[in-house]
Amino acid sequence: MNIKDFIAPFAVWKRAFEKPFTVRKPIDERPGAPRYRGFHINDAKACVGCGSCEAICMNQAIDLVPVAGLPAKEGDSGLRPRVDYGRCCWCALCVDICPSGSLGMSNEYVWVDADPEVFRYTPGVEAKPWDKSELGYRRAEGYRLLDGQRVAMPELDHQAAVQSFLELVRGYSRQQAEREADRCVACGLCVASCPAHMDIPGYIKAVRDGQLDEGLNLLYETNPFPEACGRICTHRCEAACSIGAGTGADGEPADPVAIRWLKRYIADQVELADYGRALPRAEPDSGRRVAVVGAGPGGLAAAYYLRLQGHAVTVLEKDEAGGGMLRYGIPEYRLPYPALDKDIAWIQSLGVDIRYGTAVGVDLSLADLAASHDAVYLSTGLPAPYRLDVPGDDHPRVLDGVAVLAAATRGQSLGLGKTVAVVGGGNVAMDAARTALRAGCAVDILYRRREADMPADPDEIREAKAEGARLVEKAIPLEVKAIPLEVKAIPGDPAGALVAWNEARMVQKEDGQRPVPEPIPGAVHEDRYDSIIAAIGQGPDLAFVAESDGIEIRRFKPVVASDGRTSRATIFAGGDLTNERKDAISAIADGHRAALAMDRLLRAKGN
Amino acid sequence: MSRAKAPYIAPAERAAPDLDSGKYLVMWQGPNHPGITGNMSLRLVIEGDSVVDCETHVGYLHRGFEKLMERRLWMQNFPLVCRIAVPEPDFNEYCYAAALEELAGIEVPDKAVWLRTLSLEMIRLASFLMWIGGQAGAFGHGTIAQWSVTMRDYVLDLFEELTGGRIYHMYIIPGGVRGDVPAGFLRRVLETMDTVRKNLDDIELVMFHNVVYKMRAQGLGYIPPDWVDQYGITGPNARAAGLPRDLRKDLGYLAYPRLSFEPIVGTVSDAFERSRLRLLEMYQSIDLIRQIVDMLPARGAFRAKLPNPLHWKIPAGETYVAAECTRGEYGFYVVSDGGDKPRRVAVRGPSYTHGVALMERLARGVNIADVAGLMVSLHTYPPEIER
Repeated sequence: MNIKDFIAPFAVWKRAFEKPFTVRKPIDERPGAPRYRGFHINDAKACVGCGSCEAICMNQAIDLVPVAGLPAKEGDSGLRPRVDYGRCCWCALCVDICPSGSLGMSNEYVWVDADPEVFRYTPGVEAKPWDKSELGYRRAEGYRLLDGQRVAMPELDHQAAVQSFLELVRGYSRQQAEREADRCVACGLCVASCPAHMDIPGYIKAVRDGQLDEGLNLLYETNPFPEACGRICTHRCEAACSIGAGTGADGEPADPVAIRWLKRYIADQVELADYGRALPRAEPDSGRRVAVVGAGPGGLAAAYYLRLQGHAVTVLEKDEAGGGMLRYGIPEYRLPYPALDKDIAWIQSLGVDIRYGTAVGVDLSLADLAASHDAVYLSTGLPAPYRLDVPGDDHPRVLDGVAVLAAATRGQSLGLGKTVAVVGGGNVAMDAARTALRAGCAVDILYRRREADMPADPDEIREAKAEGARLVEKAIPLEVKAIPLEVKAIPGDPAGALVAWNEARMVQKEDGQRPVPEPIPGAVHEDRYDSIIAAIGQGPDLAFVAESDGIEIRRFKPVVASDGRTSRATIFAGGDLTNERKDAISAIADGHRAALAMDRLLRAKGN
Repeated sequence: MSRAKAPYIAPAERAAPDLDSGKYLVMWQGPNHPGITGNMSLRLVIEGDSVVDCETHVGYLHRGFEKLMERRLWMQNFPLVCRIAVPEPDFNEYCYAAALEELAGIEVPDKAVWLRTLSLEMIRLASFLMWIGGQAGAFGHGTIAQWSVTMRDYVLDLFEELTGGRIYHMYIIPGGVRGDVPAGFLRRVLETMDTVRKNLDDIELVMFHNVVYKMRAQGLGYIPPDWVDQYGITGPNARAAGLPRDLRKDLGYLAYPRLSFEPIVGTVSDAFERSRLRLLEMYQSIDLIRQIVDMLPARGAFRAKLPNPLHWKIPAGETYVAAECTRGEYGFYVVSDGGDKPRRVAVRGPSYTHGVALMERLARGVNIADVAGLMVSLHTYPPEIER
């Protein structure tokens, strides 16, 4: 103790005249810091309603609730997060995980109301004063709880790929597949967008957990072509995937989960000999007989599910092998035949009887078939190519894309010459172009609209270009002409043809409609090609259906109910023949749906 | 004596007051009392104005965190752990994150290491500022609390700017931290440190050169050095007793090995010495924060890439991660069975040792008016006693 100890405490008095530290609310406003974790905001348009916020919230403060007035679209659940501020702990993990990046927090922290119910609300849907707040917590740059980058798929180098029909995509290793499967948040948006409604989160979980038998079982519940679909599916699921909804850590658009490659991984990893361990066997014989016309993916899918129910199934196929367009329309470098054979072999192993080289309408009539079976499924697809519909399209050097691909499958000589023009912008056009490239041709792809308008898979367009195909956009074919005799007379020159085409510009005719190409007057080009491959689509061939069969046909298609039933009770139809999507997975979905309906029909008939 | 063993108290030493004699009065202090940061009770038996016996009663704040964590995904526990010690949440975040990183084999980027160190030192300062207000307040010096809590709020302003939250920062996330420093932040850190330092000088003058404070705090709650290992005393309570134990030095975690500082050691461990030592540690924290600001890397990643938090599984194993918090050794013992949730998490908080067994021992013979001051001098946070 000393004198200082008595005097020093009086030093507090010096503060008596200082400005107080306190804020005089409500006279003085004190906004939250720019990163403040205040009330939630949500860009309801960018949000896809995947529910990752709900899944990560440790307080169960977030519920995904239906919201009226949202435009219905694939890859959007139509639900939006509702936050309960009686539970929220303001941790912002929901913001950190949000794949679309729509969720954020404002820096507002004062909200007074007498009604406790209002503190449970849907940000971005119920308007709040802080909706437009620029400040508040957002995910920091370079910080994302979910990985926006896909595990790169090992592929053959394009220079090497174009030399052969070796499969381009090599497939994931176990480590790669598990890492890719880890990116999934199991939101299920993909399930809704898949025509077959495959249990995608389920089989991705199986990959993650290394339970491949379980994964295979889930695949076969809705799709007996996992090897094929794991390679060539149009993967609408990936367009719907919530992981691809926002931007990645690098600011680039995030990659959706590689759902298709994970499906392929499961099917590739389980040997055919082990399928029996994972998959169900057929029920005991029901005594019913079913005929399926066409051994494409749709027909065989129907056959598989009918056979599982114990019905005797006979598949009639005009070609010498099964798979339909998967075999004759898709080149080997995308879908190797052993992979397709594996899918078909398992279907056959259940006792499905496939009769190759038997064409209905030629070898036997549909009426005979209907009479000798309890039900018939028509899945004949679209075998008749559309013509170019320009003068000279009957020139012998104008070839049909599907025919070229089928010839390649059969190992026949293509005889395309050195220069090839492919007309069209769909997957068949890309496949034909790439097949021609592998035959050593120089390939031009003529398409009437822009690249962005092409119906082909973007990967296919990218690969076709990488392999050396030249894409000529906005080119409208006008005429195919024979080469004048004096030009043709060069010795050793194969007979070719001249293609006249008109440069076009895109014109927006009506709002909301896609722009149409309009020829630019005078901008007509004439190029010489050894072969011209027309790949502008195919139509059905219903010559085998007689009027007496009692099947109503409208606009070249059998009229079918949602379950595939035609106007005749025991005859069903599906696949490319009837549906709009015209892809393998839709055909498989049709086949599955029709098989269930046919099974009900057959059981209802009684014994 | 082994630290694992409970201290032995001889029967003769234990007061066995006859409550029916009319000589004693039973008095409850708490569960709400200004001398206690949180809810907890002391059942005091008093004779005249002296405490004869003291029994600590906890249970008012039990939220079952350790059990709750077994039901939540690894990442979901990240917003939960900070609530275990309310005034000082960051040590929970760090220990939990570091334990997970060790079990999962994750390398934390250097920048995150520095930002974590910054955040831990800032909260050490904020926590001491709150404590010193309580310590002075318990002896009737409310003015100090007005000053120090204001200073704490300025530090919390910095946290708000850095992390988006004032109390629960939720900044140290497994893998790193949640964001880089905002523009101009480091300058404001240094400015705030100057302000706090000036105020600490005032506090030092008014509180530690104060006849009342000296008379009441000196000699109160003396801890003999040999009790330190008996009771498991850590932190400033142990250092005031003359033991140079500081996990920042002893374990050398985060960026501490790259900072220059020495543990501050006292001599006579009474309430006055302990509070003086904590004041010096506040100056030390300010110095460390300045060093960190100086050495913080300007660029670099602040978080390592982690698996999807919704499926994150951590390989089976167990670990104990400790850090030096304001009260002493703070630790998380984490067990994983290889699943997506912890199998067991046990939290070691220093308040448990200091606030329960030690308090019961020290309270005997103390004047009833000094019980609150004694309690605060041990620096105890009841929310951390009850996980």
